[in-house]
Amino acid sequence: MKVIVDEDRCCGAGQCVLLAPQVFDQREEDGIVVLLNAEPDEGRHAVVREAAAVCPGAAIEVQEG
Amino acid sequence: MKQDLSYPIPSDAALEPPAEWAELRGECPVARVKLPSGDQATLLTRYEDVKQVLADPRFTRLLTAPDAARLSATDDGGLFNSEMAQILPDGGEEHLHWRRLVGKWFTAKRMAALRPAMAEIAERLIDDMVKRGAPGDLRADLGFPLPVYVICDMLGVPAEDRERFSYWSDTLLNLTRYEKAEVEAAQHEFFQYMSAHLTAKRAEPGDDLLSELLAAGGPEQGGLSEIQVLVTGMALLVAGHETTANMIGKMVAMLLADRTRWERLLEDPSLIRTAVEESLRMDANSGFGLPRYLSEGIEVGATALPRGTTVVCSMAAANRDESVFDAAGEMDLARKPNPHLAFGAGAHSCLGQALARTELQVVLEVLLRRLPSLELAVSPAELERVEGLAVGGLRTVPVRW
Repeated sequence: MKVIVDEDRCCGAGQCVLLAPQVFDQREEDGIVVLLNAEPDEGRHAVVREAAAVCPGAAIEVQEG
Repeated sequence: MKQDLSYPIPSDAALEPPAEWAELRGECPVARVKLPSGDQATLLTRYEDVKQVLADPRFTRLLTAPDAARLSATDDGGLFNSEMAQILPDGGEEHLHWRRLVGKWFTAKRMAALRPAMAEIAERLIDDMVKRGAPGDLRADLGFPLPVYVICDMLGVPAEDRERFSYWSDTLLNLTRYEKAEVEAAQHEFFQYMSAHLTAKRAEPGDDLLSELLAAGGPEQGGLSEIQVLVTGMALLVAGHETTANMIGKMVAMLLADRTRWERLLEDPSLIRTAVEESLRMDANSGFGLPRYLSEGIEVGATALPRGTTVVCSMAAANRDESVFDAAGEMDLARKPNPHLAFGAGAHSCLGQALARTELQVVLEVLLRRLPSLELAVSPAELERVEGLAVGGLRTVPVRW
């Protein structure tokens, strides 16, 4: 799995950080998404997919494979 | 489908959706409705349509165009088209800048850091409710005060003034109860209060959001103008009041209305997070929805909507769209993913959503632990809606334990 985030679409809602804090963080200065791990372990795939599905800005893309 | 349905659509049961939602989604997803002001608007009820319009950064909440619909007869001083509402940038780079300056106070990490303080407030409020004896009113005893204490603390305003904030907040959010003169007087008082508060904060800064916004300097230093800081303070205080406060009462009422839900959470508290999201999705009484003024023509579904249309997005109707949610009418406490639209979508989605989620989760955690025997003291059919508010709620949530 490969995770891509789009800072421009991010609205700082923080859903991804609440769900998968090992994969996503938010910048201190403006709350915008920071990708901590673009290739998360298999154990986190489900929660990363969930984060992508519920992101209000549709700022998270997950490439499977 | 009858033409020009009156909107908001009345519903008999406080926790159940009006039957019209399913009919509209099925047969008339782009419907003409009549608002309390008598003006016409276009109501959207399907998930894809609501999401499309809310996520389109070209369209905003401001209904200031001369041909925009008025929501209610008094609304020219109200929530969506007051002079004050125009002080905060609502689009483009400027909105982004504002959003990021304020948004850093609402990150998931900051919210996680607030958890212990929230839990302590919840414990104390529950202690007080228990001391007064059953039945209690979960709305007045817990749902309302908790978010108010939290937002007051974040903004550095004294919680002792909460009665005044409640009144000002109600006058700004109520579409029918107040006369125009009352709304204007309340706004004026609120403005004066916040202005004096900022003067005091400038002299003696604290460790709070407003002090930091002031310290960031004016627009030339990359900060906000004084008036923008002031209106931000007012907006956050109002937003921190009715929304989560009402949602706590509605969430607990939904979970207790069928007590097997409550029991399932007692057995498996790891479901608290998804149960909160499902309560947000199932909230049939979320209020007015979000209006948008179309500054350009667009196509929604197969319907062309001309420039100048005022659209009302019913997130609550969209959240029960069967084409997106399996068994959409069923409350599934483990549902995931749950991409509901309760906080809107896109660049204008709720700034405080991480705060709201955290508060709802903490309240539920503490309630399950402290009052496992909690139950409604009335039948669900006896619960009554608050009328006229832009944000929906229950008048009281009588409980015993």
